[in-house]
Amino acid sequence: MKFHLKVWRQKDPKSPGRLEDYEADNIPADASFLEMLDIVNAGLTGKNIEPIQFESDCREGICGNCSLTINGVPHGPGRGTTCQLYMRKFRDGDTITIEPFRADPFPVQRDLVVNRAAFDRIIQAGGFISERSGSAPDANSVPIPKTTADEAMDAAACIGCGACAAACPNGSAMLFVSAKVAHLGLLPQGKPEKDRRVLGMVRQMDQEGFGNCSNYYACEAVCPANVPAAFIARMNREFTAASAKEMAGLPV
Amino acid sequence: MTLDSKIPAGPLERKWTDYKNNAKLVSPANKRKFELIVVGSGLAGASAAATLAEQGYKVKCFCYQDSPRRAHSIAAQGGINAAKNYQNDGDSVYRLFYDTIKGGDFRSREANVHRLAEVSVDIIDQCVAQGVPFAREYGGLLANRSFGGAQVSRTFYARGQTGQQLLLGAYSGLSHQIALGAVKMFPRTEMLDLVLVDGHAKGIVVRDLNTGEITSHAGDAVLLCTGGYGNVFYLSTNARGCNVSATYRAHKRGALFANPCFTQIHPTCIPVGGDYQSKLTLMSESLRNDGRIWVPKRKEDCGKDPSSIPEADRDYFLERKYPSYGNLAPRDISSRSAKEACDEGRGVGPGGLGVYLDFAEAIGRLGRKTIEERYGNLFEMYENITGENAYERPMRIYPAVHYTMGGLWVDYNLMSNIPGLHVLGEANFSDHGANRLGASALMQGLADGYFVIPYTLGGYLTTQFGKKTDPSHPAFESTVREVKSRVQSLLDIKGTRTVDHFHRTLGLIMWDYCGMARSREGLTGAIEKIQKLRAEFWSDLRLLGGSAGINMELERAGRVADFLEFGELMCLDALVRDESCGGHFRTEHQTPEGEALRNDQDFSFVSAWKYEGEGKTPTLVKEPLAYEQVKLSTRSYK
Repeated sequence: MKFHLKVWRQKDPKSPGRLEDYEADNIPADASFLEMLDIVNAGLTGKNIEPIQFESDCREGICGNCSLTINGVPHGPGRGTTCQLYMRKFRDGDTITIEPFRADPFPVQRDLVVNRAAFDRIIQAGGFISERSGSAPDANSVPIPKTTADEAMDAAACIGCGACAAACPNGSAMLFVSAKVAHLGLLPQGKPEKDRRVLGMVRQMDQEGFGNCSNYYACEAVCPANVPAAFIARMNREFTAASAKEMAGLPV
Repeated sequence: MTLDSKIPAGPLERKWTDYKNNAKLVSPANKRKFELIVVGSGLAGASAAATLAEQGYKVKCFCYQDSPRRAHSIAAQGGINAAKNYQNDGDSVYRLFYDTIKGGDFRSREANVHRLAEVSVDIIDQCVAQGVPFAREYGGLLANRSFGGAQVSRTFYARGQTGQQLLLGAYSGLSHQIALGAVKMFPRTEMLDLVLVDGHAKGIVVRDLNTGEITSHAGDAVLLCTGGYGNVFYLSTNARGCNVSATYRAHKRGALFANPCFTQIHPTCIPVGGDYQSKLTLMSESLRNDGRIWVPKRKEDCGKDPSSIPEADRDYFLERKYPSYGNLAPRDISSRSAKEACDEGRGVGPGGLGVYLDFAEAIGRLGRKTIEERYGNLFEMYENITGENAYERPMRIYPAVHYTMGGLWVDYNLMSNIPGLHVLGEANFSDHGANRLGASALMQGLADGYFVIPYTLGGYLTTQFGKKTDPSHPAFESTVREVKSRVQSLLDIKGTRTVDHFHRTLGLIMWDYCGMARSREGLTGAIEKIQKLRAEFWSDLRLLGGSAGINMELERAGRVADFLEFGELMCLDALVRDESCGGHFRTEHQTPEGEALRNDQDFSFVSAWKYEGEGKTPTLVKEPLAYEQVKLSTRSYK
């Protein structure tokens, strides 16, 4: 197959970037999108043009490293990460525009590489259960209904890629944050810190510069892990309850 | 040089308990004086960094990914073993221990493996307390399944994403400690060398992958948790970034590399599609619980639609050859059987390199809904990659490199022969022998990080009171200088061929001669080919850009340069180990039925290799394997 690419090139975080035109020739239909870029990069190297810098690691849809916006959609057409997008999904001769994930809190480092440390800082603000290695009771001492465990798993499936924030017109990270709040808040082990967690994480999210949710559901549409937007409503309830307690001077 | 494995005296089942009772402790007041360097943030690294920080040590943790949550442990699918015996089906610490020793084809250390089986039960408790959403029964208790070669159901799992959930658990613990200021995290920072001060590991040299800056960090001990080296084969199930550099650099500084040829080839991967391919995708082995593996009996049927081939013309070769284990035979045996079938010309799919994994019978027995519940995400992944629907047509699978049992040599304390240098998880060699059982990698990574190193590190640190390393010691500056000059020398080659070209070529050599079947002749030839390829690399590599800022080709070039040396060491190890055992199959040593023929008389030892300098043959140091508890037997899964 053959494609015409428009690729975002940017030297470093401070330099301005722009779209450059490249041709992708002789691309097997069974190649993944990232393998197509590997082929293009080998060609560029031959022509003494520095290869396009993009992140990827596991190439099986779970690490959340890739951060490409393809034709305006984070991770591109279909549901899944870019590494799981295959060229047979495109038409021969298509023009494909490739940019990095766009969200203010994700500064571009170079070309298609962005810095998503903001997500790590949100987790550090409460996305954990405080426990010490070695202090846990027997794993079966607290039964957890299967339905609860399954729902927690639906939320825990988030791969932290940031597509939700990149897709949102408000640059909101609420799907990411609510997934962690729901995962831990649903489980009995996570209940003791429920209020502290949601307050800490939401405040950190605001501080990082992510926007608010206004129910576009673009996040849900691009989420490669199928995290449902219903978790956002759940987080809002938890946040309201915890804020009310805090305002009433109750311990959280 | 002799190796002291420092195995505690006493009966096997008392060793770890007695060790803990008598281990040297570091008091809370002293813990905060020690600064530890942890390289890698996968299961072993994240669990070690979090646990040691909880205990009061100051920790610096490094990873090459943009977040510690992305380490490749995240991709493990199937599950984690633990001798909980929740199913009341006869499991016990002893049975898990014995299965691991036997599965490893009697090439691992008894005491280490027994300890692993003992702490396995604590890992599950720990993970549940962290909020890992393991699969549960309707009554609310934990669910288990039987997994790859086990006759008991001891595997805990979280859908097909167990590695992800365990890693996110460890990452959340790590994040908590980062928030408390107990861990300082350095993402997108790659270790490029080890710093030795008076023969002790006292620091590392790293490159900031965003800025390109090369600096050093001093610490009181260094913990390498940098995973395995499967990417020496270019195509493997490892992530693109997985590499041998941290452990190989340590090896060049004097750390012995043990059993480098012990590689695991995983039987259930999606077959290679073409030469554009950048990685192989694993389909969890749990699929073998319900899928039946077969190829056509006759070569002529290979091109036919599988549904048109009647039962009588199908060869369910694992069920035929290993009636008691059937499709659940251990990984090495299953992989080799698939290769044999394909070598006989009975493989299916492109290039005849594939066998069927068929769910028709299971769907008939359990219904499509149950199969969807168990493996839905795997079926989706398969369809996405191949464009085929596995509910209707059998999957095609083929073995691929998945895990490396070899690694840096460590003693019972997880310390290498370099004082202060500790090695955890897949990066060390100690627990899996010549073949790892399914669902045991996650167990070992977390065992080392949560429950072993917190006890064993004290043994070294208590000898280091008052010996604070001076970061201005000349060793730091000189190591930084060496690393900078090496990076520059890669950029200075200015040849014509890309990093990937050399990596792919090396991978093919390794797969052909040091993969599923190895021979004296093949390995000898491979060593020459690698030497030649290495010379070409250093004269014809084309690398654009500079050392400042992000330059991923430069990152890869450094890793491939190490693989080009390490591949030779692997072949040498495979050549010297003139027997077949576990995943190491020497064609000269097989039974008339084609099974691996071990030679306990001459090869019941760990091969530990000492680096002797550029272009010199490394020296082999042997650690004899003494079996006190287990009687060596021929592995039979018939």
